Amino acid sequence: MTTDSTFRTEMIEAREAPNQSRGVIGWFRANLFNGPINSIVSVVVIYLIARLVWPFLEWAVIDADWIGTTRDACTGDGACWVFISARFESIIYGFYPEAARWRVDIVFALLAILVAWLAIPGTPRKKWVALFTLIVFPIIAYFLLVGGSFGLEYVPTRAWGGLMLTLTIAVVGIVGSLPLGIILALGRRSKMPFVKGICVIFIEFWRGVPLITVLFMASVMLPLFVPGNLDFDKLLRALIGIMFFWSAYMAEVIRSGLQAIGKGQNEAGQALGLSYWHRTGLIILPQALKMVIPGIVNTFISLFKDTSLVLIIGLFDLLAIIRAGLTDSNWLGFSTEGYVFAAAVFWVFCFSMSRYSQYIERRLNTGHKR
Amino acid sequence: MLRPSTTLPRRGRGPLWRNPAIRALIVQAVLFLVLAVFIGYLVHNTLLNLEARGIHTGFGFLEGRAGFAIPQTLVEYTSDSTYGKTFVIGLLNTLLVSALGIVAATIIGFVVGIARLSPNWLLARLATIYVETFRNIPLLVQILFWYYAVLRALPSPRQSLSLFDVFFFNVRGMVMPDPQPLNGFAATPWALALAVVGAILFGLFAKRRQASTGQALPVYWIGAALIIGVPLIVFLATGSPLEWVVPKLTGFNFRGGINILPELLALWLALSIYTAAFIAEIVRSGILSVSHGQTEAARSLSLPEAITLRKIVIPQAMRVIIPQMTSQYLNLIKNSSLATAIGYPDLVAVFAGTTLNQTGQAIEIIAMTMAVYLVISLTVSFLMNLYNARTLLKER
Repeated sequence: MTTDSTFRTEMIEAREAPNQSRGVIGWFRANLFNGPINSIVSVVVIYLIARLVWPFLEWAVIDADWIGTTRDACTGDGACWVFISARFESIIYGFYPEAARWRVDIVFALLAILVAWLAIPGTPRKKWVALFTLIVFPIIAYFLLVGGSFGLEYVPTRAWGGLMLTLTIAVVGIVGSLPLGIILALGRRSKMPFVKGICVIFIEFWRGVPLITVLFMASVMLPLFVPGNLDFDKLLRALIGIMFFWSAYMAEVIRSGLQAIGKGQNEAGQALGLSYWHRTGLIILPQALKMVIPGIVNTFISLFKDTSLVLIIGLFDLLAIIRAGLTDSNWLGFSTEGYVFAAAVFWVFCFSMSRYSQYIERRLNTGHKR
Repeated sequence: MLRPSTTLPRRGRGPLWRNPAIRALIVQAVLFLVLAVFIGYLVHNTLLNLEARGIHTGFGFLEGRAGFAIPQTLVEYTSDSTYGKTFVIGLLNTLLVSALGIVAATIIGFVVGIARLSPNWLLARLATIYVETFRNIPLLVQILFWYYAVLRALPSPRQSLSLFDVFFFNVRGMVMPDPQPLNGFAATPWALALAVVGAILFGLFAKRRQASTGQALPVYWIGAALIIGVPLIVFLATGSPLEWVVPKLTGFNFRGGINILPELLALWLALSIYTAAFIAEIVRSGILSVSHGQTEAARSLSLPEAITLRKIVIPQAMRVIIPQMTSQYLNLIKNSSLATAIGYPDLVAVFAGTTLNQTGQAIEIIAMTMAVYLVISLTVSFLMNLYNARTLLKER
């Protein structure tokens, strides 16, 4: 059999794409320089990065001073992070007595374990861990942090501060506002006009005023509300204000979840003869809450950011401690380092929470695709 | 044959609390009683406490002499003015920074939001970095950063940084030229007002014309030309009756020109940058919410790209964007109360701060301050509900 030279018997190797459209050059052409307008935009952006981002990196990392204990260690042109490392202990613990700081460490560790357990998907017994976090953990943390019993030294809340206070306010705010928000959301959807009216007024009131005025109210008006001889802790007052304020926002988030549950779910529960609390607790709430986890996490983020406002009523949270350090006469002129560090700490917490909420949203989406 | 039974089955007459209607009544009555007793207890305590501290309730204190100076006053105010006047001054300052912030945040937010959707990889990344950075840092930290780390670090007036030799930046804030109207300037604002009315009338005419003939007029261009052109012509025809007083450095400070407080600048910067990050996300989600089928349908009707954007994508995106944007504006107004941290004389800093400390009328002052924010929020949400009802998707 002769080979027919007119036809090929095998395929030709595919040739590579032209040089211009592959590899680094191709990527640049496709993404940055495809057309005159885009090219101009790219050049402007590169210029902006060179003028803004690079000098910041140079200041914060390359020319910065990292090692040392006193101001004399700051010799470079860049940031002097010695200012932060010299006061690191007080930034974390505030004025908490040194001998008792192990108690704070235990609470931190416990909190980290619980949060990780709840956040990582697939861990067993989530429901019980959640209940533990919401009910038992605050009690343990209270006895450890405040002390005064079980042979632990009493530490007044005046001595609390730094990251520890920030986290305390955030956790109490979250643990307190979530159940209150659920009750308010259910109340707002109630058919009883008085219950509904009270909940609407409560929610709209707190949502209509700024948190600062709430904190002012908590610090100047709350003492007037209780019998004169009762000493009302300043931190407790702020916590009550924060809890009420955020419960209103939480209620609106949860209400949006309740509205998304079809009427049929409730009717099916009624047909089975379940009571209101059984229908709500076993059928409606589990579905609604799962649906609004991203919204709840977003509210947590706002709450966490707004804990910094307590510095206005004179509590020493993370930001206030750093601010107090800036007025130290040995360390004048480091406000940029101080605020950039505070911003970085808050950013790490908030950014990880927002990433987590996006991740949950994606996970939930796959299950509910219609 | 089956005969209907003459006696109906007896309706269940369980105990009273089994009846839903009666049970609801009981629950509400109990709740009412508990709340009434609780509030009564609080009021009782408050009255006793006020008596013990010798504080007289009532709004009579508003007539008293304030006796303190305020660094930025939009209307006439001296330390001889009343406490009532401090309320007005603070409110105006709050409204000023809110208005400035809303304008700047909207512009930055739209630019960044659209940039995030840009096909240019670098631009989109830069916009993402902007959003993720500023959204996740507390506003208070940002305000303090701009105030203490940036504006307070500027040089003294003698070494001011200057922009075109007309704007000067120094540790006391920004100095800018002050426009002084001369004789005959009054004609220009009138011309502007007339031009706006004319543009609206022209818009209505163009709409009717399009409805009857199907021909569209370039409404936006002609409207813009009217609003800018007419006042400009009148201004030039009356001989440019406006004098700019450029600030001059004399001794240790500037003379002439408008001095803008560094507190206002810091608050304005922080509020606009922070809120813009949220607005950018809203704009992006609004544009993405318009389904791709809409643009494809427009293309298959061979509508030009610009018309597709203006008549199909933007109106539908706006339905998603506007309600969320309004709530961001409300947040901005409420957040402007953080002014008190750097001493910008807004409502909270002046009225709920200095005035409260001087008079001790905590209840009245906090109530008045909260009422201002409540009125603003409730009015805006009411208008928003009207808007939502109007633009709701008309479904069967």
